[in-house]
Amino acid sequence: MSEVRIRHRQGGFVLDAEFSLDGAWTVLFGPSGAGKSTLLRILAGLLAPQEGRITIGGRTLLDTAQGIAVPAGRRSIGFVTQQPALFPHLTVRQNIAFGVRHLSAPARAGRVHEMLHLFGAEALADRGAKNLSGGERQRVALARALAPAPQLLLLDEPLAALDAASAKDILRRLLDFEVRVLYVSHDLAEIWRMPAELVLLDRGRVTATGPLRQVLAADRERLLEQLGS
Amino acid sequence: MDLQALWLTVRLAAVTTLVLLAVGIPLAWWIVSTRARWRPLVESITTLPLLLPPTVLGFYLLVLLGSRTAFGRAAAHLLGHPLAFSFAGLVVGSVIYSLPFAVQPMTAGFHAVDPAIVDQARLLGAGRLRILREILLPLSARSVLAAATLCFTHTVGEFGVVLMIGGDIPGATRTLSIAIYDQVQDFSYAQANRTSLFLLSISLLALLLLYGHRRSEGIPHV
Repeated sequence: MSEVRIRHRQGGFVLDAEFSLDGAWTVLFGPSGAGKSTLLRILAGLLAPQEGRITIGGRTLLDTAQGIAVPAGRRSIGFVTQQPALFPHLTVRQNIAFGVRHLSAPARAGRVHEMLHLFGAEALADRGAKNLSGGERQRVALARALAPAPQLLLLDEPLAALDAASAKDILRRLLDFEVRVLYVSHDLAEIWRMPAELVLLDRGRVTATGPLRQVLAADRERLLEQLGS
Repeated sequence: MDLQALWLTVRLAAVTTLVLLAVGIPLAWWIVSTRARWRPLVESITTLPLLLPPTVLGFYLLVLLGSRTAFGRAAAHLLGHPLAFSFAGLVVGSVIYSLPFAVQPMTAGFHAVDPAIVDQARLLGAGRLRILREILLPLSARSVLAAATLCFTHTVGEFGVVLMIGGDIPGATRTLSIAIYDQVQDFSYAQANRTSLFLLSISLLALLLLYGHRRSEGIPHV
Protein backbone atom coordinates (compact mmCIF):
# COMPACT_ATOMS: atom_id res chain seq x y z
CA MET A 1 0.00 0.00 0.00
CA SER A 2 1.43 3.37 -1.02
CA GLU A 3 -0.55 6.47 -0.21
CA VAL A 4 0.19 10.15 -0.09
CA ARG A 5 -1.83 12.79 1.70
CA ILE A 6 -0.25 16.20 2.09
CA ARG A 7 -1.42 19.62 3.15
CA HIS A 8 1.19 22.33 3.04
CA ARG A 9 0.94 26.10 2.90
CA GLN A 10 3.86 28.13 1.52
CA GLY A 11 3.15 31.85 1.35
CA GLY A 12 -0.11 32.21 -0.58
CA PHE A 13 0.18 28.75 -2.17
CA VAL A 14 -1.66 25.79 -0.66
CA LEU A 15 -0.77 22.23 -1.64
CA ASP A 16 -3.61 19.91 -0.71
CA ALA A 17 -3.04 16.57 -2.45
CA GLU A 18 -4.11 13.01 -1.87
CA PHE A 19 -3.39 10.07 -4.16
CA SER A 20 -2.08 6.52 -4.20
CA LEU A 21 1.17 5.26 -5.71
CA ASP A 22 0.29 1.65 -6.31
CA GLY A 23 1.30 1.39 -9.99
CA ALA A 24 4.91 0.72 -11.02
CA TRP A 25 4.94 4.07 -12.82
CA THR A 26 2.89 7.09 -11.84
CA VAL A 27 3.05 10.31 -13.79
CA LEU A 28 2.45 13.52 -11.89
CA PHE A 29 1.23 15.90 -14.55
CA GLY A 30 0.32 19.54 -14.38
CA PRO A 31 1.23 23.06 -15.47
CA SER A 32 4.15 25.05 -14.03
CA GLY A 33 3.34 26.27 -10.54
CA ALA A 34 0.92 23.42 -9.84
CA GLY A 35 3.07 22.28 -6.89
CA LYS A 36 4.71 19.24 -8.50
CA SER A 37 8.26 19.97 -7.36
CA THR A 38 7.11 20.96 -3.85
CA LEU A 39 5.25 17.66 -3.61
CA LEU A 40 8.36 15.75 -4.64
CA ARG A 41 10.54 17.55 -2.09
CA ILE A 42 8.03 16.67 0.62
CA LEU A 43 7.97 13.02 -0.48
CA ALA A 44 11.77 12.93 -0.47
CA GLY A 45 11.90 14.35 3.05
CA LEU A 46 13.66 17.55 1.98
CA LEU A 47 10.69 19.70 2.99
CA ALA A 48 8.45 19.19 6.01
CA PRO A 49 4.74 19.76 5.38
CA GLN A 50 2.41 21.18 8.00
CA GLU A 51 0.14 18.13 7.74
CA GLY A 52 0.41 14.82 5.97
CA ARG A 53 0.79 11.09 5.88
CA ILE A 54 3.05 9.26 3.44
CA THR A 55 3.12 5.46 3.24
CA ILE A 56 5.28 3.71 0.64
CA GLY A 57 5.07 -0.07 0.31
CA GLY A 58 3.32 -0.27 3.68
CA ARG A 59 6.04 1.69 5.48
CA THR A 60 5.02 4.97 7.04
CA LEU A 61 7.53 7.68 6.17
CA LEU A 62 5.55 10.61 7.51
CA ASP A 63 2.61 10.99 9.80
CA THR A 64 2.36 14.45 11.28
CA ALA A 65 -0.54 13.38 13.52
CA GLN A 66 1.66 10.76 15.17
CA GLY A 67 4.87 12.77 15.02
CA ILE A 68 6.54 10.37 12.56
CA ALA A 69 9.02 11.89 10.11
CA VAL A 70 11.63 9.50 8.70
CA PRO A 71 14.73 11.54 7.66
CA ALA A 72 15.49 11.88 3.93
CA GLY A 73 18.43 9.50 4.03
CA ARG A 74 16.39 6.69 5.58
CA ARG A 75 13.34 6.89 3.30
CA SER A 76 14.86 4.76 0.54
CA ILE A 77 13.83 7.31 -2.05
CA GLY A 78 15.92 8.34 -5.05
CA PHE A 79 15.45 11.79 -6.52
CA VAL A 80 16.67 13.03 -9.90
CA THR A 81 15.85 16.46 -11.25
CA GLN A 82 16.39 18.26 -14.55
CA GLN A 83 19.74 19.56 -13.26
CA PRO A 84 21.58 16.49 -11.97
CA ALA A 85 23.48 17.55 -8.85
CA LEU A 86 26.46 15.23 -9.21
CA PHE A 87 29.32 15.54 -6.76
CA PRO A 88 31.72 17.47 -9.01
CA HIS A 89 34.91 16.56 -7.15
CA LEU A 90 34.27 12.81 -7.48
CA THR A 91 34.53 10.44 -10.42
CA VAL A 92 31.48 8.81 -11.95
CA ARG A 93 32.30 5.58 -10.11
CA GLN A 94 32.62 7.40 -6.77
CA ASN A 95 29.35 9.25 -7.39
CA ILE A 96 27.46 6.01 -7.95
CA ALA A 97 29.14 4.32 -4.98
CA PHE A 98 28.27 7.19 -2.61
CA GLY A 99 24.92 5.75 -1.56
CA VAL A 100 26.05 2.12 -1.19
CA ARG A 101 28.85 2.58 1.28
CA HIS A 102 27.18 0.10 3.62
CA LEU A 103 27.95 -2.73 1.17
CA SER A 104 31.21 -4.68 1.27
CA ALA A 105 33.85 -3.48 -1.21
CA PRO A 106 33.23 -6.33 -3.74
CA ALA A 107 29.43 -5.96 -3.48
CA ARG A 108 29.78 -2.19 -3.89
CA ALA A 109 31.98 -2.55 -6.96
CA GLY A 110 29.50 -5.05 -8.41
CA ARG A 111 26.57 -2.74 -7.80
CA VAL A 112 28.38 0.21 -9.38
CA HIS A 113 29.26 -1.90 -12.42
CA GLU A 114 25.64 -3.06 -12.70
CA MET A 115 24.40 0.52 -12.69
CA LEU A 116 27.03 1.67 -15.19
CA HIS A 117 25.99 -1.18 -17.47
CA LEU A 118 22.28 -0.44 -17.06
CA PHE A 119 22.76 3.11 -18.32
CA GLY A 120 25.45 2.30 -20.89
CA ALA A 121 27.99 4.37 -18.99
CA GLU A 122 30.85 1.89 -18.44
CA ALA A 123 33.26 4.05 -20.42
CA LEU A 124 32.59 7.01 -18.10
CA ALA A 125 33.45 5.20 -14.86
CA ASP A 126 36.75 6.96 -14.17
CA ARG A 127 35.86 10.34 -15.64
CA GLY A 128 35.42 13.31 -13.32
CA ALA A 129 31.76 14.20 -12.87
CA LYS A 130 32.37 17.77 -13.96
CA ASN A 131 33.69 16.65 -17.33
CA LEU A 132 30.46 15.09 -18.61
CA SER A 133 27.92 16.20 -21.18
CA GLY A 134 24.28 16.83 -20.21
CA GLY A 135 23.11 13.38 -21.29
CA GLU A 136 26.04 11.66 -19.56
CA ARG A 137 25.39 13.58 -16.36
CA GLN A 138 21.77 12.53 -16.37
CA ARG A 139 22.68 8.85 -16.89
CA VAL A 140 25.10 9.01 -13.97
CA ALA A 141 22.54 10.80 -11.76
CA LEU A 142 20.00 8.04 -12.47
CA ALA A 143 22.59 5.32 -11.86
CA ARG A 144 23.55 6.97 -8.55
CA ALA A 145 19.92 7.28 -7.44
CA LEU A 146 19.14 3.64 -8.33
CA ALA A 147 22.32 2.10 -6.88
CA PRO A 148 20.93 1.80 -3.30
CA ALA A 149 17.83 0.05 -4.79
CA PRO A 150 15.31 2.63 -3.55
CA GLN A 151 11.68 1.81 -2.90
CA LEU A 152 10.61 4.85 -4.86
CA LEU A 153 12.34 6.91 -7.54
CA LEU A 154 11.24 10.52 -7.93
CA LEU A 155 11.98 11.98 -11.34
CA ASP A 156 11.39 15.71 -11.78
CA GLU A 157 11.46 16.31 -15.55
CA PRO A 158 14.81 14.49 -15.77
CA LEU A 159 14.84 14.36 -19.56
CA ALA A 160 13.63 17.88 -20.32
CA ALA A 161 17.09 19.25 -21.17
CA LEU A 162 18.20 16.31 -23.33
CA ASP A 163 17.95 15.72 -27.07
CA ALA A 164 15.19 13.37 -28.19
CA ALA A 165 17.46 10.38 -28.89
CA SER A 166 19.16 10.51 -25.47
CA ALA A 167 15.85 11.02 -23.70
CA LYS A 168 14.27 8.06 -25.49
CA ASP A 169 17.26 5.81 -24.73
CA ILE A 170 17.34 6.73 -21.02
CA LEU A 171 13.58 6.30 -20.68
CA ARG A 172 13.76 2.84 -22.28
CA ARG A 173 16.48 1.77 -19.82
CA LEU A 174 14.49 3.16 -16.88
CA LEU A 175 11.32 1.33 -17.90
CA ASP A 176 13.29 -1.93 -17.84
CA PHE A 177 14.31 -1.36 -14.23
CA GLU A 178 12.07 -2.71 -11.50
CA VAL A 179 11.40 0.26 -9.28
CA ARG A 180 8.33 2.26 -8.35
CA VAL A 181 8.60 5.61 -10.15
CA LEU A 182 6.85 8.94 -9.69
CA TYR A 183 7.57 10.88 -12.86
CA VAL A 184 6.90 14.60 -13.04
CA SER A 185 6.27 16.18 -16.40
CA HIS A 186 4.35 18.92 -18.12
CA ASP A 187 5.08 17.52 -21.60
CA LEU A 188 2.10 15.63 -23.02
CA ALA A 189 4.09 14.18 -25.92
CA GLU A 190 6.72 12.79 -23.54
CA ILE A 191 4.33 10.92 -21.27
CA TRP A 192 1.72 9.86 -23.85
CA ARG A 193 3.26 6.43 -24.47
CA MET A 194 4.12 5.65 -20.86
CA PRO A 195 2.43 2.61 -19.32
CA ALA A 196 1.56 4.54 -16.20
CA GLU A 197 -1.04 5.80 -13.80
CA LEU A 198 -1.67 9.50 -13.89
CA VAL A 199 -2.15 12.08 -11.17
CA LEU A 200 -3.28 15.43 -12.48
CA LEU A 201 -2.26 18.32 -10.29
CA ASP A 202 -3.55 21.84 -10.75
CA ARG A 203 -2.95 24.77 -8.41
CA GLY A 204 -1.99 22.46 -5.58
CA ARG A 205 -4.95 20.11 -5.89
CA VAL A 206 -5.37 16.69 -7.49
CA THR A 207 -8.03 17.09 -10.18
CA ALA A 208 -7.99 13.58 -11.70
CA THR A 209 -6.34 10.18 -11.25
CA GLY A 210 -6.43 6.92 -13.22
CA PRO A 211 -4.79 5.10 -16.13
CA LEU A 212 -2.76 7.69 -18.05
CA ARG A 213 -4.29 7.44 -21.52
CA GLN A 214 -7.79 7.14 -20.18
CA VAL A 215 -7.48 10.32 -18.13
CA LEU A 216 -5.55 12.20 -20.78
CA ALA A 217 -7.92 11.27 -23.61
CA ALA A 218 -10.85 12.65 -21.68
CA ASP A 219 -9.06 15.81 -20.66
CA ARG A 220 -6.76 16.27 -23.67
CA GLU A 221 -8.31 19.43 -25.13
CA ARG A 222 -8.62 21.12 -21.75
CA LEU A 223 -5.05 20.19 -20.80
CA LEU A 224 -3.60 21.42 -24.09
CA GLU A 225 -5.37 24.70 -23.58
CA GLN A 226 -4.22 24.92 -19.96
CA LEU A 227 -0.60 24.17 -20.90
CA GLY A 228 -0.72 26.72 -23.72
CA SER A 229 0.26 24.13 -26.35
CA MET B 1 65.88 40.56 14.61
CA ASP B 2 64.62 39.18 17.92
CA LEU B 3 64.78 35.44 17.07
CA GLN B 4 63.10 34.46 20.33
CA ALA B 5 60.16 36.70 19.47
CA LEU B 6 60.14 35.37 15.91
CA TRP B 7 59.93 31.75 17.08
CA LEU B 8 57.22 32.61 19.61
CA THR B 9 55.21 34.47 16.96
CA VAL B 10 55.40 31.59 14.48
CA ARG B 11 54.45 29.09 17.18
CA LEU B 12 51.53 31.24 18.34
CA ALA B 13 50.25 31.75 14.79
CA ALA B 14 50.54 28.03 13.94
CA VAL B 15 48.80 26.82 17.10
CA THR B 16 46.10 29.50 16.79
CA THR B 17 45.46 28.57 13.15
CA LEU B 18 45.13 24.87 13.97
CA VAL B 19 42.77 25.55 16.89
CA LEU B 20 40.73 27.95 14.76
CA LEU B 21 40.35 25.38 11.97
CA ALA B 22 39.26 22.76 14.50
CA VAL B 23 36.73 25.15 16.06
CA GLY B 24 35.80 27.17 12.97
CA ILE B 25 34.90 24.32 10.60
CA PRO B 26 32.13 22.82 12.77
CA LEU B 27 30.98 26.29 13.82
CA ALA B 28 30.70 27.48 10.19
CA TRP B 29 28.85 24.27 9.23
CA TRP B 30 26.46 24.78 12.14
CA ILE B 31 25.82 28.40 11.11
CA VAL B 32 25.13 27.36 7.51
CA SER B 33 22.88 24.41 8.31
CA THR B 34 20.98 25.31 11.47
CA ARG B 35 17.49 26.74 11.72
CA ALA B 36 17.95 27.63 15.38
CA ARG B 37 16.48 30.98 16.37
CA TRP B 38 19.64 32.00 18.18
CA ARG B 39 21.84 31.63 15.08
CA PRO B 40 22.01 35.46 14.59
CA LEU B 41 23.28 35.75 18.16
CA VAL B 42 26.04 33.19 17.54
CA GLU B 43 26.94 34.88 14.25
CA SER B 44 27.10 38.27 15.97
CA ILE B 45 29.30 36.97 18.78
CA THR B 46 31.71 35.26 16.35
CA THR B 47 31.94 38.46 14.28
CA LEU B 48 32.26 40.81 17.26
CA PRO B 49 36.09 40.64 17.52
CA LEU B 50 36.23 42.14 14.02
CA LEU B 51 34.68 45.39 15.23
CA LEU B 52 35.78 45.47 18.85
CA PRO B 53 38.90 47.52 19.71
CA PRO B 54 41.66 44.98 20.55
CA THR B 55 42.27 46.69 23.87
CA VAL B 56 38.63 46.22 24.90
CA LEU B 57 38.77 42.52 24.00
CA GLY B 58 42.18 42.23 25.68
CA PHE B 59 40.88 43.89 28.85
CA TYR B 60 37.91 41.55 29.22
CA LEU B 61 40.07 38.52 28.44
CA LEU B 62 42.58 39.67 31.06
CA VAL B 63 39.76 39.84 33.61
CA LEU B 64 38.37 36.46 32.48
CA LEU B 65 41.73 34.71 32.58
CA GLY B 66 42.73 36.27 35.90
CA SER B 67 42.32 34.83 39.39
CA ARG B 68 39.15 36.86 40.07
CA THR B 69 36.97 34.58 37.93
CA ALA B 70 36.08 30.90 38.42
CA PHE B 71 37.30 30.21 34.85
CA GLY B 72 40.66 31.82 35.52
CA ARG B 73 41.09 29.96 38.81
CA ALA B 74 40.06 26.62 37.23
CA ALA B 75 42.49 27.15 34.34
CA ALA B 76 45.30 28.07 36.74
CA HIS B 77 44.55 24.96 38.78
CA LEU B 78 44.65 22.75 35.68
CA LEU B 79 47.76 24.30 34.11
CA GLY B 80 49.65 24.93 37.32
CA HIS B 81 50.04 28.63 36.43
CA PRO B 82 47.70 31.53 35.60
CA LEU B 83 46.54 31.76 31.97
CA ALA B 84 47.18 35.48 31.85
CA PHE B 85 50.78 36.39 30.91
CA SER B 86 51.44 32.89 29.52
CA PHE B 87 51.69 31.34 26.05
CA ALA B 88 48.44 29.38 26.62
CA GLY B 89 46.72 32.65 27.51
CA LEU B 90 48.01 34.19 24.28
CA VAL B 91 46.56 31.26 22.33
CA VAL B 92 43.14 31.73 23.99
CA GLY B 93 43.20 35.46 23.20
CA SER B 94 44.41 34.95 19.63
CA VAL B 95 41.78 32.31 18.92
CA ILE B 96 38.98 34.61 20.08
CA TYR B 97 40.46 37.64 18.33
CA SER B 98 40.88 35.84 14.97
CA LEU B 99 37.67 33.80 15.15
CA PRO B 100 35.87 35.90 12.49
CA PHE B 101 38.79 35.39 10.09
CA ALA B 102 38.22 31.64 10.32
CA VAL B 103 34.44 31.51 10.41
CA GLN B 104 33.56 34.15 7.79
CA PRO B 105 35.42 32.68 4.77
CA MET B 106 34.36 29.14 5.61
CA THR B 107 30.72 30.14 6.07
CA ALA B 108 30.86 31.86 2.68
CA GLY B 109 32.52 28.76 1.17
CA PHE B 110 29.90 26.38 2.58
CA HIS B 111 27.09 28.70 1.46
CA ALA B 112 28.51 28.67 -2.09
CA VAL B 113 28.07 24.89 -2.43
CA ASP B 114 24.93 24.13 -4.46
CA PRO B 115 22.22 23.09 -1.93
CA ALA B 116 21.02 20.47 -4.44
CA ILE B 117 24.37 18.67 -4.03
CA VAL B 118 23.94 18.60 -0.25
CA ASP B 119 20.33 17.39 -0.70
CA GLN B 120 21.57 14.51 -2.87
CA ALA B 121 24.13 13.53 -0.23
CA ARG B 122 21.33 13.53 2.39
CA LEU B 123 19.07 11.43 0.18
CA LEU B 124 21.88 8.93 -0.32
CA GLY B 125 22.07 8.46 3.42
CA ALA B 126 24.99 10.71 4.40
CA GLY B 127 24.84 12.17 7.90
CA ARG B 128 25.99 15.68 8.84
CA LEU B 129 29.57 14.63 9.55
CA ARG B 130 29.93 12.73 6.26
CA ILE B 131 28.41 15.62 4.31
CA LEU B 132 30.92 17.97 5.95
CA ARG B 133 33.90 15.66 5.40
CA GLU B 134 33.17 14.30 1.93
CA ILE B 135 31.16 17.08 0.26
CA LEU B 136 31.50 20.49 1.88
CA LEU B 137 35.18 20.48 2.83
CA PRO B 138 36.48 19.26 -0.56
CA LEU B 139 34.20 21.70 -2.40
CA SER B 140 35.20 24.56 -0.08
CA ALA B 141 38.91 23.75 0.14
CA ARG B 142 39.86 27.21 -1.16
CA SER B 143 37.77 28.89 1.52
CA VAL B 144 39.42 26.77 4.21
CA LEU B 145 42.83 27.68 2.77
CA ALA B 146 41.84 31.35 2.75
CA ALA B 147 40.66 31.09 6.37
CA ALA B 148 43.91 29.43 7.46
CA THR B 149 46.01 32.06 5.65
CA LEU B 150 44.04 34.93 7.17
CA CYS B 151 44.19 33.42 10.67
CA PHE B 152 47.93 32.87 10.46
CA THR B 153 48.80 36.34 9.13
CA HIS B 154 46.32 38.08 11.41
CA THR B 155 47.84 36.36 14.45
CA VAL B 156 51.37 37.19 13.30
CA GLY B 157 50.45 40.88 13.23
CA GLU B 158 48.44 40.93 16.46
CA PHE B 159 49.38 43.60 18.98
CA GLY B 160 46.64 44.99 21.24
CA VAL B 161 45.18 41.76 22.58
CA VAL B 162 48.61 40.16 23.00
CA LEU B 163 49.94 43.13 24.93
CA MET B 164 46.88 43.29 27.19
CA ILE B 165 46.80 39.62 28.19
CA GLY B 166 50.42 38.65 27.72
CA GLY B 167 52.40 41.75 28.57
CA ASP B 168 55.95 41.83 27.27
CA ILE B 169 57.81 38.85 28.70
CA PRO B 170 60.79 37.79 26.55
CA GLY B 171 60.50 34.15 25.47
CA ALA B 172 57.01 33.79 26.95
CA THR B 173 54.73 36.46 25.54
CA ARG B 174 56.87 38.92 23.55
CA THR B 175 55.82 38.53 19.91
CA LEU B 176 57.38 40.32 16.94
CA SER B 177 54.78 43.12 16.93
CA ILE B 178 55.56 43.82 20.58
CA ALA B 179 59.27 43.65 19.81
CA ILE B 180 58.75 46.39 17.18
CA TYR B 181 57.01 48.52 19.81
CA ASP B 182 59.93 47.99 22.20
CA GLN B 183 62.45 48.80 19.46
CA VAL B 184 60.66 52.07 18.67
CA GLN B 185 60.54 52.93 22.38
CA ASP B 186 64.31 52.41 22.44
CA PHE B 187 64.74 54.60 19.30
CA SER B 188 66.19 51.52 17.51
CA TYR B 189 64.53 52.53 14.25
CA ALA B 190 66.79 50.40 12.05
CA GLN B 191 65.90 47.27 14.01
CA ALA B 192 62.21 48.22 14.05
CA ASN B 193 62.41 48.74 10.31
CA ARG B 194 63.91 45.27 9.74
CA THR B 195 61.30 43.57 11.93
CA SER B 196 58.47 45.54 10.32
CA LEU B 197 59.71 44.70 6.83
CA PHE B 198 59.81 41.04 7.83
CA LEU B 199 56.18 41.13 9.06
CA LEU B 200 55.12 43.03 5.96
CA SER B 201 56.80 40.40 3.77
CA ILE B 202 55.04 37.54 5.57
CA SER B 203 51.63 39.17 5.10
CA LEU B 204 52.32 40.03 1.46
CA LEU B 205 53.67 36.56 0.72
CA ALA B 206 50.63 34.89 2.28
CA LEU B 207 48.27 37.04 0.22
CA LEU B 208 50.31 36.42 -2.95
CA LEU B 209 50.07 32.67 -2.33
CA LEU B 210 46.34 32.96 -1.76
CA TYR B 211 45.59 35.11 -4.81
CA GLY B 212 48.10 33.20 -6.94
CA HIS B 213 46.28 29.97 -6.06
CA ARG B 214 42.92 31.56 -6.94
CA ARG B 215 44.33 32.75 -10.27
CA SER B 216 45.79 29.33 -11.14
CA GLU B 217 42.37 27.79 -10.39
CA GLY B 218 40.72 30.32 -12.68
CA ILE B 219 38.52 31.82 -9.96
CA PRO B 220 37.12 35.20 -11.01
CA HIS B 221 37.66 38.15 -8.72
CA VAL B 222 34.52 39.43 -7.07
